[in-house]
Amino acid sequence: MSSQRIDNFGKINRDKELRFKWENKNYFGYDGDSLASAMLANNIKIVGRSFKYHRPRGIMSCGVEESGGLVTIGVGDKKDPNVRVTSQELFEGLVASGQNAFPNVNFDLGSVNNYLSRFFAAGFYYKTFMGIPPFEWGRGTSIWMFFEKFIRNAAGMGKNSRLPDPDVYEHANDFCDILIVGSGPAGIAAAKEAVDKKLDVILVEQDNLIGGDQLSDNDFDTDTAFKELQNLGVRVMKRTTAFGLYDNCVLGLIERVTDYNTSIDKELPRQRFWIVRAKHIIVGSGAFERHIAFNNNDVPGSMTVNASKHYLNRYGVLTGKEIVIATNNDSVYLTAEILANAGAKVTVLDKREKIDLKFNRNNFEVRNGVVPYKINGSREIKSLDIADSVNSKYKKIDTIQCDQVLMSGGWSPAVHLLSHRGVRPEWDSENLCFLPGEAKENITMVGSARGIWGKEDCIKSGTAGALDALNRLGISKTNYFFPKEGGWKNAIEPLYEVKFNKSRSKSFVDFQHDVTCDDVRLAHREGFISVEHLKRYTTLGMANDQGKMGNIIGLSLMADLLEKEIPEVGTTTFRPPFTPVAIGALAGRSVGKHFMPLRTTPMHQWNLDHGATMIEAGLYQRPWYFPKTNETISEAYIREATTVRKSVGICDVTSLGKIAIQGPDSTEFINRIYTNPFAKLPINKTRYGIMLRDDGLVLDDGTCWRLSDTEYFMTTSTAQAGRVMSWLEELLQVRWTDLKVNVTSVSEQWAVAAISGPKTREVLNQCLEDPSVISNENLPFMGFTSSELIGGIPCRIARISFSGELGYEIYILADYANKMMDILWNAAKKFNGCLYGLEALGALRVEKGHVTGAELDGRTTIDDVGLGKMASNKKSYIGSAMRKRGVLSSEDREKLVGFFPANKKDTFDAGTIICEKNNIKGYGIGRVTSVTHSPELGHWIGLGFIKGGMERWQNTTVVGSDLVRNKEMEIRVVSPHMVDPDGKRMYA
Amino acid sequence: MTRFNAWNVFKNGLNGQTGWSRQWRDPEPKESYDVIIVGGGLHGLATAYYLAKNHNKHNIAVLEKGWIGGGNAGRNTTIVRSNYMMPGNREFYEHSLKLWENLSHDLNYNVMFSQRAHVVLLHSPSSIDAYARRYNTMKLTGSDGELWDLKKLKKKIPHLNYDNGRFPILGAIVQPRAGNARHDSAAWGYARAADSLGVDILQNCEVTGITRKNGSIESLQTSRGIIKGKKIGFAVAGHTSVLWQMAELGKLPIESHKLQAFVTESIKPLLDCVLIFGPAGAAHFYISQSDKGSMVFGGELDWYKSYAQRGNLPTVKENGECAMAIMPCLGKLRLLRHWAGVMDMSMDGSFFMCKTPIDNLYLNAGWNYGGFKASPASGWYFADLIANERPHKVIENHNLERFEKGINLDERGIGPDPKMHG
Amino acid sequence: MIRIKCPYCGERDHSEFSYGGDASIEYPSLEAPQEDWVKAIFFRENIRGVQKETWHHLNGCRMWLEVERSTITHEIKSVKPCHPDYTKIVENKQ
Repeated sequence: MSSQRIDNFGKINRDKELRFKWENKNYFGYDGDSLASAMLANNIKIVGRSFKYHRPRGIMSCGVEESGGLVTIGVGDKKDPNVRVTSQELFEGLVASGQNAFPNVNFDLGSVNNYLSRFFAAGFYYKTFMGIPPFEWGRGTSIWMFFEKFIRNAAGMGKNSRLPDPDVYEHANDFCDILIVGSGPAGIAAAKEAVDKKLDVILVEQDNLIGGDQLSDNDFDTDTAFKELQNLGVRVMKRTTAFGLYDNCVLGLIERVTDYNTSIDKELPRQRFWIVRAKHIIVGSGAFERHIAFNNNDVPGSMTVNASKHYLNRYGVLTGKEIVIATNNDSVYLTAEILANAGAKVTVLDKREKIDLKFNRNNFEVRNGVVPYKINGSREIKSLDIADSVNSKYKKIDTIQCDQVLMSGGWSPAVHLLSHRGVRPEWDSENLCFLPGEAKENITMVGSARGIWGKEDCIKSGTAGALDALNRLGISKTNYFFPKEGGWKNAIEPLYEVKFNKSRSKSFVDFQHDVTCDDVRLAHREGFISVEHLKRYTTLGMANDQGKMGNIIGLSLMADLLEKEIPEVGTTTFRPPFTPVAIGALAGRSVGKHFMPLRTTPMHQWNLDHGATMIEAGLYQRPWYFPKTNETISEAYIREATTVRKSVGICDVTSLGKIAIQGPDSTEFINRIYTNPFAKLPINKTRYGIMLRDDGLVLDDGTCWRLSDTEYFMTTSTAQAGRVMSWLEELLQVRWTDLKVNVTSVSEQWAVAAISGPKTREVLNQCLEDPSVISNENLPFMGFTSSELIGGIPCRIARISFSGELGYEIYILADYANKMMDILWNAAKKFNGCLYGLEALGALRVEKGHVTGAELDGRTTIDDVGLGKMASNKKSYIGSAMRKRGVLSSEDREKLVGFFPANKKDTFDAGTIICEKNNIKGYGIGRVTSVTHSPELGHWIGLGFIKGGMERWQNTTVVGSDLVRNKEMEIRVVSPHMVDPDGKRMYA
Repeated sequence: MTRFNAWNVFKNGLNGQTGWSRQWRDPEPKESYDVIIVGGGLHGLATAYYLAKNHNKHNIAVLEKGWIGGGNAGRNTTIVRSNYMMPGNREFYEHSLKLWENLSHDLNYNVMFSQRAHVVLLHSPSSIDAYARRYNTMKLTGSDGELWDLKKLKKKIPHLNYDNGRFPILGAIVQPRAGNARHDSAAWGYARAADSLGVDILQNCEVTGITRKNGSIESLQTSRGIIKGKKIGFAVAGHTSVLWQMAELGKLPIESHKLQAFVTESIKPLLDCVLIFGPAGAAHFYISQSDKGSMVFGGELDWYKSYAQRGNLPTVKENGECAMAIMPCLGKLRLLRHWAGVMDMSMDGSFFMCKTPIDNLYLNAGWNYGGFKASPASGWYFADLIANERPHKVIENHNLERFEKGINLDERGIGPDPKMHG
Repeated sequence: MIRIKCPYCGERDHSEFSYGGDASIEYPSLEAPQEDWVKAIFFRENIRGVQKETWHHLNGCRMWLEVERSTITHEIKSVKPCHPDYTKIVENKQ
């Protein structure tokens, strides 16, 4: 092949040169070029290597179906592998390099595979590499894994960057009445008709110019067409691919905002991922020209016919000097004439014996009844052997000197988007293609995507498509009709493969994945005859083009082998995306720290200012510990816990779930959802409660406060807050619709500080307008009151203790959170108090044997955690019927206990499995769920479960096995209430 | 049948690949079989194979409504692991992993099981503890597991998001023997091996009706005629409820949900293990790289019940976000294809393999996310159940009565909400 | 994307909602025996076709909705509030 730029053709801007690099060499193209056209203009022949045999590959199309021209663009963290040169716009400074080749695409050592290809038939890897060759001796997977390393290195196409992608992507959303995919003649006609009826219309075009196939027409002016549509009010989105159709006429679009040009505004994203909700979708996505399978049909210089026309008329590049066009249909003759006019020597091989078309016979030669037989040459086309097509046993009759072979084996409507909706295409045996099936949803296919070839008919189909949409949307009732499919003067004749008997050369069905006709025959021989088996066994249609060109050839070969018709063999389902979509675009701005929302409490900054180290708790960040200078986490939390036990500490516990419950039936409601009785809870009292799931296992625990006859305030654990809220709403709206109760999440409205320790009351006395409200008489344990912090800040104070010390929780409107912390902290400092975080909170509660999510892991019963006495026998509640079912009431279940290391110097970790001595295997007899160093006891302690509970094991020594942390220790089983078991301190 | 080995691959390279024959026959249905397995997925094919191999039964048919391996066998993300904790599940999946380890040799078909390790990223001290429990249990019951600290993890996988993540990476918990296998080849390998032992694989054979007589199933009406069977096994995953109701058996503890899977364009090796990203309460995501070079990933269900094998955009978006969250170098890599499979989600996230109210009917269902890796053991134990007409000890609790018996096989502790058992 | 017409908020993406489950379940009374609860909680018809199901407008008005939807095509036939009184509220709004 020798391709070149020629004068007087094309619509590129020859006044503006753009420099680019290919394989470290400098070239230039023009504004308006694609990378492919610029490469062709520079006569770059080999642009890639095939997947398996590493055969040289040139540019084979001018669109998204490209499977030869895949290159890597950019370097370093901007590296972008597997870019189709045909849909990449050229920009100043573009750097492209070859891939899947060593040392480079022109000279690739991997091409040794081509010489060994006879051994590398489809699926050969399923038959070997299992054991030591030649008879696969051995067992296990090690031999396969040895071979696998080489296979993995040989496979793959481009190299991905290992650096974070520095580019920015965006998500965007939109709505419209009608979304039209494709700006070919049909799409434009549909848009005009729809916008004329005052509808909101979006027209999406994947190319940087609108026009579709008309871009290769001399008389088409894309700018005029674009302006006309804009003036009419059509929202035109260029460089935007409709990659998938989803339920309810929702589309996924990818808009390439800046990735075609590095000099554009840096503030803009590289791409935008649009989700558009349309009322109706019109798809004018065009059709793909098929190639023909014959020997060496992949040699650089082979291309589809229509691509050559585009390169000439759009880009001013004549792709060959001596061009042979092989066809079975009428679509190539205009191209032949244009190529000849541009100075190429053109020979058309038409499989059909006789055709009736008017064209200038002096301009180019037509040989009827002739098919391409074999391309000679490996790195470029030297000549083409041709064969007589008269009988099915093709025989070479001649050799034509040429540098390019253009192929047109027919056209396949791009039915992909409709296929995403599960609509199966139907075979049209007249036009030899799959036509889109009938969609039940609001989707209309128009133009060549509907199998209509002629431009005038396409325009008519576009108008009809818009009217169809209007009808189906119930907007207007106008009669319309779609032109008949097809439109060629002479019938197309089947030509999928020119079979060459006894040849070592290859006829490719799928270029990128190196699937040959022989591979299809091998699949048939081995019984892989269903389309999906064929695809999976040979990898036909699994490459980057997803079978846009090759699938039908593969089907026809299989049909032939089965002696069936193509539709009987079936068709594969096209999956989204239509063309590959960058993962970065899918993620949009939800990257890095913005992957998920960060929840913080109103005193987050206050905590940070006071030295907090934070920890993730679900989506929340909570204070973990407040280290003093040079303190480790252990030193810090031990100091904090000790301070709480000795004097006083303050902890931000705002992340608790908080729910306001109101209504005349509130008491009944509360009584049904907690296991313990609430009917007699007095006003101004709070109660610790356990909720079960429907299946009788523990859902969550928390406190519930009675504000009045008809009003309650509930707290939940941080982790279950959302789930409990939805659950309560479900109960009230779905199950118990007779109850007059309203629930409102007030988690964000209240900030909460827990203050605990023997000095707590003294501290609070300095913080309250009226300290008497918290006296032991006025506010006994589990009471609460409304009061004011100094300065008249309203608050609620509950006497609740998680730490086991005298403790209060102060609830305040979120806006006053910092003020509250200041007031509490200023007072606490005077008593040598401390701020404490989750780690100390954990230490304190483990000492007390209070359970949290570590114990309530969704598999425990209320009895397991020793709270069975909280399960009422006098009332029914959620889970009451189920909580004792079968083995859930077994005595042998794992029950909550405390653990001490037998050797007080030992430490252990949660996740340790408890085993009997001398029987350290299997599931053991229990497990450790929470551990801490106990400042009070001076050694490590743990909470956990053991079969049969404390009664069976108290003061027995068992073994803790922690194999993943290489630890084993002797453990003594004790009561879970390890500090102040009578709870005297709380009542102080 | 020509054995699969390097010698024969070489020989066929010389003779134009003409020495290979059909990998399994395409027989006409017989009038009756000793055992009919409904469902030509991995579980059904494996069951037939082990019935023939372990239990000397050869008059067996596998009925497949489409083409074998066309359901979840061909739609999954090919992960094989045994990091299950609950008694029963533990032994079952461990046995499965062991069968995988020799499956290529056993079937004489390269199922490409690559034990490249299953690496779960850890993001909080409490997740380390929760996984320590699981992996300690695994190790104590004869499996393998390792805790990698951050230093080791960084050395093994340098290009994760260590510095700019929403959730800090503290380390990883790892099952080294876990990995990926080639899903299609496992299905074909079982088919070929079962066929060679006399099993009839009947494709395009959809069950359309069930004829019961005296408390047992007499015959199945199919799109290829009426077929009698002495014993019937259902192994149809997401479509179990449909058959169950065809047999007039009422309700099942199963809901069918859809799970999406994603595959990118091929690239040279980038990730050499199965990587799991699941900060508690925030996300669930898994990614690995196929031998062909594609990144293969997936995450949560689409959340609503569905029998459709196609997914919706919110889940696509979430998976893209997860991919970028752990491997920010993937930004420019392109998604090539996404699809969905129908998952038979159960009420506790564990499977059913048991006898049924019908004497000669056996059930194999409720695989949730665990179907692919379970295939060998599923076939092994289901064959054992059908042949011996009693459940093996390992699966004695995997029945429909376990809920009333209070037996808990809930690996995630979620409770009876099928969509949450991903 | 499934588009759900919330009777209160209007048509929204399904990602605003959370899927509840089978709306045909008849929950026994709290006093009912264990067998009834086992059946209600653990066993499902798992319809392949149009089923009644609940959705929670989690990131919207937080109404629980009863939706008739095909589990094959995802097409929605009807949407109404689960709570009968809410139906009245929605009607009054219109």
